[in-house]
Amino acid sequence: MSNKVIYAIYNDDDILMDAVKKTRAAHHHIEEVFTPFPVHGLDKAMGLAPTRLAICAFIYGLCGLSFGTWMMNYIMIQDWPQDIGGKPSFSYIDNMPAFVPIMFEETVFFAAHLMVITFYMRSRLWPFKEAENPDVRTTDDHFLMEVAVNNNEEELVSFFEGTGAVEVKVIEKH
Amino acid sequence: MYTFSSKLKTFSFVLMAVGLLGIGYGFLSAPKNIQEVEALLAADSHGGHHEAVSSAHGSEAAHEAEAPEHAKAEAGKHEVKADTEHQEHLEHVLHQLSNKPWAALYVACIFFMLLSLGTLAFYAIQQVAQAGWSPVLFRVMQGITAYLPVGSVIFFIILVLCGLHFNHLFIWLDPEVVKHDELIQTKSGFLNFPFWIVRAAIFLAGWNAYRYFSRKNCLAQDESNDNSFYKKNFNYSAGFLVFFIVTESIMSWDWIMSIDPHWFSTLFGWYVFASFFVSGITMICMVTLYLKSRGYLEHVNTSHVHDLAKFMFGISVFWTYLWFSQFMLIWYANIPEEITYFITRIQEYNLPFFGAVVMNFLFPVLILINTDFKRITWVLVMAGIVILLGHYIDFFNMIMPGTVGSSWFIGIPEIASVLFFLGLFIFVVFSALTKAPLLAKRNPFIDESKHFHY
Repeated sequence: MSNKVIYAIYNDDDILMDAVKKTRAAHHHIEEVFTPFPVHGLDKAMGLAPTRLAICAFIYGLCGLSFGTWMMNYIMIQDWPQDIGGKPSFSYIDNMPAFVPIMFEETVFFAAHLMVITFYMRSRLWPFKEAENPDVRTTDDHFLMEVAVNNNEEELVSFFEGTGAVEVKVIEKH
Repeated sequence: MYTFSSKLKTFSFVLMAVGLLGIGYGFLSAPKNIQEVEALLAADSHGGHHEAVSSAHGSEAAHEAEAPEHAKAEAGKHEVKADTEHQEHLEHVLHQLSNKPWAALYVACIFFMLLSLGTLAFYAIQQVAQAGWSPVLFRVMQGITAYLPVGSVIFFIILVLCGLHFNHLFIWLDPEVVKHDELIQTKSGFLNFPFWIVRAAIFLAGWNAYRYFSRKNCLAQDESNDNSFYKKNFNYSAGFLVFFIVTESIMSWDWIMSIDPHWFSTLFGWYVFASFFVSGITMICMVTLYLKSRGYLEHVNTSHVHDLAKFMFGISVFWTYLWFSQFMLIWYANIPEEITYFITRIQEYNLPFFGAVVMNFLFPVLILINTDFKRITWVLVMAGIVILLGHYIDFFNMIMPGTVGSSWFIGIPEIASVLFFLGLFIFVVFSALTKAPLLAKRNPFIDESKHFHY
């Protein structure tokens, strides 16, 4: 079995979206789509499963909230209680309003940073990693759809030429 | 074209009738003199109530006027003092209880009036932002803002009645109180009846004028060959938003903050705005879902509803941010003239005060944070009802402590007032919806809006 794939290259996101829908309707398997910017609704058009990143973010936020609570309790109540503005810090709950901004910021901090790290790990991205784009023009103004070929090369080439692609290439993938 | 179903119409009339009966009962059953108050207090003779009422005395400006007499009484015999104090206490409770039906009416009236104003502000923002997603909802928003003229008239009448001393909602309107109150005297250049009522007239007239012309242009745009009416509306809306944000702030001092005339908060205008803005957006969502369930609004899809739900979620968080910002600064600084506001609310209004935070923040945040839930009708209706009730409670918390003090209760007058204005609101809004097609068909963004997909 060959590892041939088709690269169909488009120069407009609307044409790409239509092409993706047609390709799916024709039951060709889309391996990947490379775009210079996030195209709204592309994930749904490609039939990708909805992201679970939001659930992670919620859990990370809860971790941050807990961490902020623990941290302020340790710093301000247990380790070094102080009397600020006539409000001696003997109990957490009585001083809680003063700690809310910190608890909130920790929530945001944890959710944001851990979510980005999770996203990089899931996308297998790390510093100095070599780019996977098959064509450098996808970092500029072109859109590329990669479709698997199953002994139907001619049929696919003519199909993609009909979807408004500016260029259709057949590539042997390693 | 939408037709007002007779079932809903009957329902709105029933609400109004029940509301009127309850309001009438509230006014009739309010005690007329000290003897009735005494009988009332004796009837609920446990000591706890008495103490709670006495503790409210210190925070009430009205009481300060009686301070010299109080001092005299102290000089006298103990028994005389106790007797005078009892008389003063009875008079104080009488004032609170005779204010109660008025305050109940006032809270419900201002809540529904401001809710439609919040919708109008949201609508104006959509126009100015040239939003592509929302034009299919414009007629729903215009339907809701149709309540603004009706609500404004009733509200203005209540303000005039306040000025004519039918009640004591605004103690600074009472010259007897002002005479003995130095703090109010220094503010009387701004807080005096003529200036106050003229301001109210200008604000209400300005908002209603924008609503009238914006609606007129939107309807004219339907039959137009070019976008001139749309452009006109863009300019009007931009002008309105400037007028609105200034008048809204002053309105919040005039109609709400001045009920506690010694107290002030610099972000109060934003706080009130957040409260009625989220109520307005929630109402847009609820009316949209109702019309959708009746088979209207065929171009409104779940993406539009999803966006409204995102606004409900976001502005609920915004409200909480302001609620907390106002609370924390005052709590931390702990200055007597500021902190009394929250002491009254935490001690006398503990349940509604913290209950409002649960209903307006915790509940919507936990329910609406989920993307899928933002598209499920029954979840949205449930969240919407809680948010609307929560913001009614929020207005209750802003107005009641300064008018009825510790004699508050959510009883017949309060519930009846809400029912009356809800019935009126339903009647006016859904009558207005029948007057024009539910799609602003010639709006330049209508195609984008129809195909809006998230």
